[in-house]
Amino acid sequence: MTVKGRLIAKGTATGPLLKSEAPMGFFGHLDPETGVYREAGHPLDGKCVRGAVLAFPRAKGSTVGSYILYALRQTGNAPAAMVLRECDTITAVGAIIGKIPAVDQVDISRLKEGSEVTVADGDVTEA
Amino acid sequence: MNLSQDELAILSGSRGSGAARAMEILSALGRIGGAEDMVDVCSVQVSGVSYRNIGPHGLAFLQEWAGQGSKAVVPAYMNPGGADRRLWQTLGLPAEFVDKQERVIKALSKLGIKPTLTCTPYHAAPRPKFGDHLAWSESSAVCYANSVIGARTNREGGPSAIAAALTGRTPRHTLHTDAGRLPTTVVEVGCPAPTASDAGALGYLVGQLLAHDPRGGIPFIRGVEPPEDSSREAWLKALGAAMAASGSVGLFHLEGVTPEAAASGPELQKAAGRKVKVDSLEGAKRGLFSAKGRPSLVAFGCPHASLDELKRLDELLKGRKAVVPVWVFTSEAVRKKAEKSGLAGRLSSLGAALIADTCIVVAPLADMGITNVVTDSAKAAFYLPSHQGVGVCFESQEAAVEAAVAGGQLCASKAPQAASSGGGAS
Repeated sequence: MTVKGRLIAKGTATGPLLKSEAPMGFFGHLDPETGVYREAGHPLDGKCVRGAVLAFPRAKGSTVGSYILYALRQTGNAPAAMVLRECDTITAVGAIIGKIPAVDQVDISRLKEGSEVTVADGDVTEA
Repeated sequence: MNLSQDELAILSGSRGSGAARAMEILSALGRIGGAEDMVDVCSVQVSGVSYRNIGPHGLAFLQEWAGQGSKAVVPAYMNPGGADRRLWQTLGLPAEFVDKQERVIKALSKLGIKPTLTCTPYHAAPRPKFGDHLAWSESSAVCYANSVIGARTNREGGPSAIAAALTGRTPRHTLHTDAGRLPTTVVEVGCPAPTASDAGALGYLVGQLLAHDPRGGIPFIRGVEPPEDSSREAWLKALGAAMAASGSVGLFHLEGVTPEAAASGPELQKAAGRKVKVDSLEGAKRGLFSAKGRPSLVAFGCPHASLDELKRLDELLKGRKAVVPVWVFTSEAVRKKAEKSGLAGRLSSLGAALIADTCIVVAPLADMGITNVVTDSAKAAFYLPSHQGVGVCFESQEAAVEAAVAGGQLCASKAPQAASSGGGAS
């Protein structure tokens, strides 16, 4: 199944889907040294984003979060790609400067946790 | 979103990889913001300068971008950093921190951004004109430029402002468009607000009242006027800075005063979906009061003080020496002018130090043992408790000066709420 989203950051990548129905706060929660997300009560608490296609509604919190996505690329812990419901400026800037393919305006509730997903210049394909 | 031939060329690298990255950021943000095209900007103000704020990852990114060789093509200015570049040793800042801060400034300078290090580029650099499109970042500067000058800017983040500097463009949406500048709420003010700190309290309240307006609150304010004397600009600045802090307001219209309201007030008012009333500022002033003990510092200049504000401080001191340290935050450009005229030397001899390049909200007050301050800034009073754990005694500039001179009576007027200030309201 392929759905067309809106292109945020170009590029092609494949990975297992890691999904959060709750917004993500990169700054203060996502550790660039390990790629692990830590926020008590959050669906991704304790999960590692490295190599995953990360699906979430939007980011929340500090705009410094863009630099966390950049840092994840530098440490090799970046997600393979990001799929959002409605992209915010923190994620858009972070995706571009971190060279993480990203797409939004996608109904993430229809994507299955763990399934193999490919993001290619705005298209999202679930195997 | 439609990109021009020139913009498409920049995107594909005609002006280097740094500018291409900039155009990629701007076109993505334009798509998100619903822009149809881009506009040329006259100037740029870049936030995310303080190392305390952006940290090692932000610095690494700026260094990488600077290494790509693209430079600003329009005048571009830096927001404050974390240290006074001349006085950091006197102020007791760690050399290691100052070194990191200098690296941020160096990377941004390499990108062609000028180290003005101020939140008031309209005092430190040529003032924008009515209708100019800008890409500014700092919330109070954005609110001042949009409202008081009638220029047009969204509130940019650090990277998007740099992107605008490297390309001379920004996506045309929201506050760049006529429709995006229409007021959401009419605010009818039924109480006087004669001083700049009153204006700050009013702005704090307006921001709270509009915080949940769709598409960002834009007030049309009626029933109150700034003073006609030299404190007029400080009054307008305090009003906007406070509502930007408490309600992310990027533009206000003030009936008969701000240029768009003066030109077409009745039409603008009709566009507002609702109306609220403000009958008293007392609740707002209490809300801005957070001192838990006797303040050890009196702070002015949030946003950065102008030369007029420094002159006013000198007038209020009337040659009396402050017994509590007074810090006045300003830009290096204004400090240099004050040094030339002798004003800075006179203020210093009276116990008032001019601090430049940084900001009270990011200065390491807690490291210096400062836990309570007196200030006339509603913006500082809003941020200091949450950002720094510092308590605030919010006063008018006049009362704050008297507190600095009298020492023992710091916060006297609010004594019942200030646990250790000695009791006995005056």
